[in-house]
Amino acid sequence: MSDLAISVEDVHKRYRLGTIGSGLIADEVKAIYARMTGKTDPRLSIDQEKDMQRQGMDFWSLRGVSFDVKKGEILGVVGHNGAGKSTLLKLLSRITLPTKGTIKMTGKVSSLLEVGTGFHPELTGIENIYLNGSIMGMRRAEITARLDEIIEFSGIEHHIDTPIKRYSSGMKVRLGFAVAAHLEPDILILDEVLAVGDAEFQKKCLGKMQEVSTKEGRTVIFVSHNLAAVKTLCNRAILLDKGAVTFQGDTTDTINYYLKGDTEARNYRHFGKEFDTDEFKLDEISFNPVGGSIDDALDEYQTIEIHLKIHMKRNGARRRVNFTVQDDHGVVLFVFSSARSDVKLHDGLNHLVCTFPQGFLNIGNYFLSMHLFEDDKSLLYNFPNMAAMQIQEGERAIGKWMGREPGFIKPRFEWSNSAE
Amino acid sequence: MIDMTKVNLENDHVQHWDVVVSPDQPWWNLDLKEIWQYRDLLFLLVRRDLLAIYKQTVLGPLWQLVQPLLTSLMFAFVFGIMGRMAAEGIPSTLFYMAAVVPWIFFANVLNKTSTTLVTNASLMTKVYFPRLIAPLATTLSTAVSSLIQLALFFIIALGYRLLGGYAWSLDLSILMLPVLLLILVGLGFGLGVIVSAMTTRFRDLAFLVGFGVQLLMYMSPVIFPLDRVEPGSNLRLALELNPMTPVIEGFRAVLIGTYVEWSTLLYSFGWMVGVILVGLAMFRRVERTYVDVV
Repeated sequence: MSDLAISVEDVHKRYRLGTIGSGLIADEVKAIYARMTGKTDPRLSIDQEKDMQRQGMDFWSLRGVSFDVKKGEILGVVGHNGAGKSTLLKLLSRITLPTKGTIKMTGKVSSLLEVGTGFHPELTGIENIYLNGSIMGMRRAEITARLDEIIEFSGIEHHIDTPIKRYSSGMKVRLGFAVAAHLEPDILILDEVLAVGDAEFQKKCLGKMQEVSTKEGRTVIFVSHNLAAVKTLCNRAILLDKGAVTFQGDTTDTINYYLKGDTEARNYRHFGKEFDTDEFKLDEISFNPVGGSIDDALDEYQTIEIHLKIHMKRNGARRRVNFTVQDDHGVVLFVFSSARSDVKLHDGLNHLVCTFPQGFLNIGNYFLSMHLFEDDKSLLYNFPNMAAMQIQEGERAIGKWMGREPGFIKPRFEWSNSAE
Repeated sequence: MIDMTKVNLENDHVQHWDVVVSPDQPWWNLDLKEIWQYRDLLFLLVRRDLLAIYKQTVLGPLWQLVQPLLTSLMFAFVFGIMGRMAAEGIPSTLFYMAAVVPWIFFANVLNKTSTTLVTNASLMTKVYFPRLIAPLATTLSTAVSSLIQLALFFIIALGYRLLGGYAWSLDLSILMLPVLLLILVGLGFGLGVIVSAMTTRFRDLAFLVGFGVQLLMYMSPVIFPLDRVEPGSNLRLALELNPMTPVIEGFRAVLIGTYVEWSTLLYSFGWMVGVILVGLAMFRRVERTYVDVV
């Protein structure tokens, strides 16, 4: 028994940038006439492809993507914007064809790129259940068999005979998802749009996805930016970069590899002559997750140490270091200072370590500015935006919300219940 | 779409694939089996189109009757009474309705089908289904609503008879009506699919279609009966080349008993088969990648 569900072989996809041809029949007729009389097509040179590339008219969204997915596997696809994730999704969903290469799948394939595809505003809830269900590939008899379940799942029994133009957007989403949840494909292709939205919807969505995948033989491909969701749900992941698979393997390994490109620059910064004065020389700053490698991305549940190496040339004992933490918009979130502890600087090399409590920072980007004070009162130097920290989503339990909580810090305060 | 050639070398086992997506899809590979599997979707899309027409307006399908009625009355007045172009012995209104109703039928099928890839773009960029379902659904729903217009003819004709204005009656040639309807819908569908495939590349074509259909009408016997035109003349030749000419003449023969050479209908049938084959081939070429450009 062979156990592959999907086989993607050397898939390329080309998009033409700008206008497709000139859109005018006259030009097309000229081209055909030229071809017939054996002259060169006035629009193209001999080597069409190279010429188009030179003119920058071609864009290869995928360049030779190959991977296999086993039956029952949940494969995550991660990558930056423009890496080709959406294109791969479209090809797997058979919305468009590859320019080159083959995709083979076995069993019934359903793809969920949005909920409620094909809803017609004039039709009632029930009429739309049938319409949407059949568009998603269900037979009418299947929908009839599951109609009661679908209506119950949607939670809008009372309005099911009302035209959906009178529905709120939330009701439409619920109805659409109720239909989607009752598809029973062998292969499910899921877009990340389903993992956003309100917490309740997300929970339903991801819970359903897990349910689908735990059933025997169900295969899921999940394309997402939400690394928390990918980490939680997928057992394997592939990384797309500039239209090619650059890494595939265990989800954690893939995500670490994916984030490395950013983190090497962010977690560690060595300074040359940038901050070298008569008073001191700043050597390096780094952010180390406790129990992890400096090469790994920092996640929201870790204990993070900030290491600062600074060489004091004179008056070291009178100096203090302080950091200002800002968000993406430059808003100062908080300040922390060596003056509030007993740590002293001295002449020569200093290696300061400041530890953030476990899980202190929320997911996000943080920009650090450093200040050097003398005698706890006068500012000597200001180093604006000298380092950046990127905190990623950690792995969460299934059924938990996958989004980002508001705020920037998540301090763990002491809690108790005095009634006991 | 079954590929049995892939051999899994490790297990020495032939892997079975249900779906094979590759750029080399021969145009003759219509995959009718898959369309049959999606017949429920076809039915529901037709139902959607019809329900949407009924629900959006107060008078619903009655509006459908206004266009052929007004057009027929206008033609009867301008060409029939003032131009004396209608056949003699038949009320002008009936004479024109017998041709205007099928012509509008044909024009509607052609026009609606030709925009089907554009009007269904929001579906086609989000989900896969055999693309041919969309023009098929449009053609069928347009055909169903056009049949109501045909019913209008019978009501008006019956009115003439009851009021004693004209001794209208039907004969056995009514049996040809399904054949005429088939050729009419087939021609409209085939030409519509050709246009829909071409408009994905040439946007300017869409503007020409409406005009072209009108031009085609003046080159057909909608305005005057074919036997009024001198045999052998250029105008006669132009009329005879139009595949809709035998269809329109046929409708008149069935509905009001004028004469038609039924064998000319074979010419129309040939055209129908031709445009459907060419249309399907062209549609097949553009259907799977047109979403890249819409």
